[in-house]
Amino acid sequence: MSDSKSIASGNGSHEPEFEYTGGLAVVAADKVVDPGMEPHRVRMTDKSVKHEKAAARQVAILFLLSVIGSIFSIYAYFAFPLSDDLGTVRNNTLYMGLGITLGLFGIGIGAVHWAKTLMPDAEVSEERHQTRGNEAVRARAIEIIKLADSESGFSRRKLIRRSLYGALALFPIPAIFFFGDLGPNPKDTLRHTMWKAGTRLTKDPSGLPIKASDVTLGSVFHVIPEGLAELEHHKLEEKAKAAVLLVRLDPSEIKESEERKSWSYDGIVAYSKICTHVGCPVALYEQHTHHLLCPCHQSTFDVTDACKVVFGPASRPLPQLPIAVDAEGYLIAQSDFTEPVGPSFWER
Amino acid sequence: MSTAVNTQKKGGFLAGTANYLDERVGVAGILKEFGRKVFPDHWSFMLGEVALYSFFVLLLSGTFLTFFFQPAMTPVIYDGVYGPLKGAEMSIAYASTLDISFEVRGGLLMRQVHHWAALLFVAAAGLHMLRVFFTGAFRKPREINWVVGFMLFVLGMAAGFTGYSLPDDLLSGNGLRIIDGMIKGLPVIGAYTSSLLFGGEFPGEQIVARLYGLHILLVPALILIFIVIHLFMVVIHKHTHYSGPGRKDTNVVGYPLMPVYVAKAGGFFFIVFGVIMLIAATFTINPVWNYGGYDPSPVSAGTQPDWYIGFLDGALRLAPTHLEVTAGGVTWAWNILLPMIVGVGFLVVVALYPFLEAWVTGDKREHHVLDRPRNAPTRTAIGAAGVTFYAALWAGASTDLIATNFKMSLNNVLVSIQIILLVAPIIAYLVTKRVCLSLQRKDREIALHGRETGRIIRLPHGEYIEIHEPLDAFEQWKLVDFKDYQPTLARPNAQGKITISARLRAGLSRFYFEDRIAPVSQGELDAAHHDHAPAVTEAPAKKAVTAAKKPAAEKPAAKK
Repeated sequence: MSDSKSIASGNGSHEPEFEYTGGLAVVAADKVVDPGMEPHRVRMTDKSVKHEKAAARQVAILFLLSVIGSIFSIYAYFAFPLSDDLGTVRNNTLYMGLGITLGLFGIGIGAVHWAKTLMPDAEVSEERHQTRGNEAVRARAIEIIKLADSESGFSRRKLIRRSLYGALALFPIPAIFFFGDLGPNPKDTLRHTMWKAGTRLTKDPSGLPIKASDVTLGSVFHVIPEGLAELEHHKLEEKAKAAVLLVRLDPSEIKESEERKSWSYDGIVAYSKICTHVGCPVALYEQHTHHLLCPCHQSTFDVTDACKVVFGPASRPLPQLPIAVDAEGYLIAQSDFTEPVGPSFWER
Repeated sequence: MSTAVNTQKKGGFLAGTANYLDERVGVAGILKEFGRKVFPDHWSFMLGEVALYSFFVLLLSGTFLTFFFQPAMTPVIYDGVYGPLKGAEMSIAYASTLDISFEVRGGLLMRQVHHWAALLFVAAAGLHMLRVFFTGAFRKPREINWVVGFMLFVLGMAAGFTGYSLPDDLLSGNGLRIIDGMIKGLPVIGAYTSSLLFGGEFPGEQIVARLYGLHILLVPALILIFIVIHLFMVVIHKHTHYSGPGRKDTNVVGYPLMPVYVAKAGGFFFIVFGVIMLIAATFTINPVWNYGGYDPSPVSAGTQPDWYIGFLDGALRLAPTHLEVTAGGVTWAWNILLPMIVGVGFLVVVALYPFLEAWVTGDKREHHVLDRPRNAPTRTAIGAAGVTFYAALWAGASTDLIATNFKMSLNNVLVSIQIILLVAPIIAYLVTKRVCLSLQRKDREIALHGRETGRIIRLPHGEYIEIHEPLDAFEQWKLVDFKDYQPTLARPNAQGKITISARLRAGLSRFYFEDRIAPVSQGELDAAHHDHAPAVTEAPAKKAVTAAKKPAAEKPAAKK
């Protein structure tokens, strides 16, 4: 560790002050010797005045093209105004964009061409220095830290130090509490939807009630609860939980457990449309397999078998909405869903 | 500083300005320090520049968009010029996005510039990371700068996702729905966190405004700070350079900042901006008017996130069925947790890799000469495995499109990608390592015996040989100049114990360096030339070796 060597010692053989271990590096005894920098290859623009002038002209032309491009884009701003005709949007975007493109390319390519043809292209070598400070600098740095410590008494005055730690540890905590009002506690909102006993099943998005007789075999209805379409507030929040898919199957195809026998009506079954994986709408119904497919992550549910998962990352079946028919022949819910709909959460 | 007290009033306006600035901000000292700073030249060094310039473009176009965009989710009835959505109920955010697209001159152009620049920013940052990884530019003293760069990559994804969600269209709304579902799946805090984020139940009327704050203030400010740190460290370390004659760990070879790099890099900013502008002018991106405003019930088939989120979405899709566990009244949503662990774990490994390699090699020297990827076979193979793993996750996000476009079964595509995710990285590792070692052997061969010329000559005694053209000293140097490591044995410490960490490190050193091709030494070169020198009398046309300091390669060599 040789000390007191100035950083600015600059040229020639610069000896690092501090040799680091190479670890597992192999130190070759007879390494091939570096031949040094390659000789500079002279460009045409360095050799011939003609080429040099041509290059200068090219650079200037590129810059002039840029001027033309910029002016054109201003022209396009006025020449291609927007109207009700959507074709005007395309023209406005295209021509203004192309004008600006030319304005940018002219400058960019011109500058690079200038650098490559007319500015010096001989590579130069500059000394590097180790990132660590030299010994004198490091010694001084340590001295400063020690001075700061002794002058402030940071190490010596335990009481001050520890009380400061305590204060610093606590001062951000109010900020954490401040975020408490970002949203309410979830409580049991995740467990309930708009469906109640007697709520009519209505079409999404019109809100018109659905007669059981309108649901023909093989047809699919996207369903929302009665009254959702008219909600003033929290319409989307309610819809994000209450959306239902209604399908009529041949009753003989449905595998129903004993307790769910009464949840369907003459082959009509209603299931939550919100995927039990991460909550996308399970909107794709495959007619011939009776599978419901979520387009986000391809979880697949078997409608004939209580919407159990047959494929994909979801784990739980889609919750079933128990349905019945009211006196006028409209489909109604027997109750809310009997379990939380949508993505899983810790307390469900 | 203490020379020439009064030297102003010479020269014209420029000199006056320079003097004015120097006397107030010390600009002369800054120029003296940085004006002729040397930067090496290589196309791969431009990748980081592309990211930087894309960020400037994002700031410019994004500022324009803020003048028109309204981050509110209050429902309104749309009454703009876009016919198909007239009379539809939608959020103000979505309506103002439509207005920017259809009623502000240059608005659609700026939206598309912004979106394309964002895609390019993350892509360029990712490629820049790959360049840094495969050339070993993350080695001492740049480990911390690697982590800073990594943070920039992650922040780029965060900026992208928060921005993507702002228009509140059907597609981005479903993206948020997925985020909501993932957050709800977190153990203990899931439902609470979701409620805090969305201000109650999903989707609520808060999230767009909240993401807007993050998107236009917090995230870009962090990116800016990290960019400053990143570039500050580049100045401290000076740029790395590729191995070549005259390039050493103790110097930097290239062109000076002024004027060459001011022109080249400054010009390059305009080129990058121009490319983004050209793409934005001619290619539609994110046509939100086609999707409609967000509604939790409909969804379009073939949904895709922006490309950089693809690997996380793919991880979600690739999780096997029925992972969820309900025990003791609580739900462990492993179908969500496992993909999160995989995705985040992958990123953590990426962030920490430089420290792992430094620990294994124990090399404490500073490295400023880059490795050719082949000369670090194990690292390159690890990188290839990582890229393959990422690519498999990424492909996972397109299972449905692959299946429909190639008319295959969705189930088979998904299962195949699950298998690929586990198997392909291993294959990529093995193949890459073998390829690297073979390339190293080839380099050795060429360094020792010259290039095959394809010219066969017959010697007087009837033997046929092929003429090998020797390399000049500069080309040869590129093939023989690399750092070489060898594995170590676990050694006992001062107490005479072989610690687990020592064993692990020795094992890893074997894993890294057991298969090694040593660089050609001077002795080997001399021996090779000695063998060949007398074989041929007729000298083939040889390259001029004018400036070679060493005549090692002057004799034509032939190899049997």
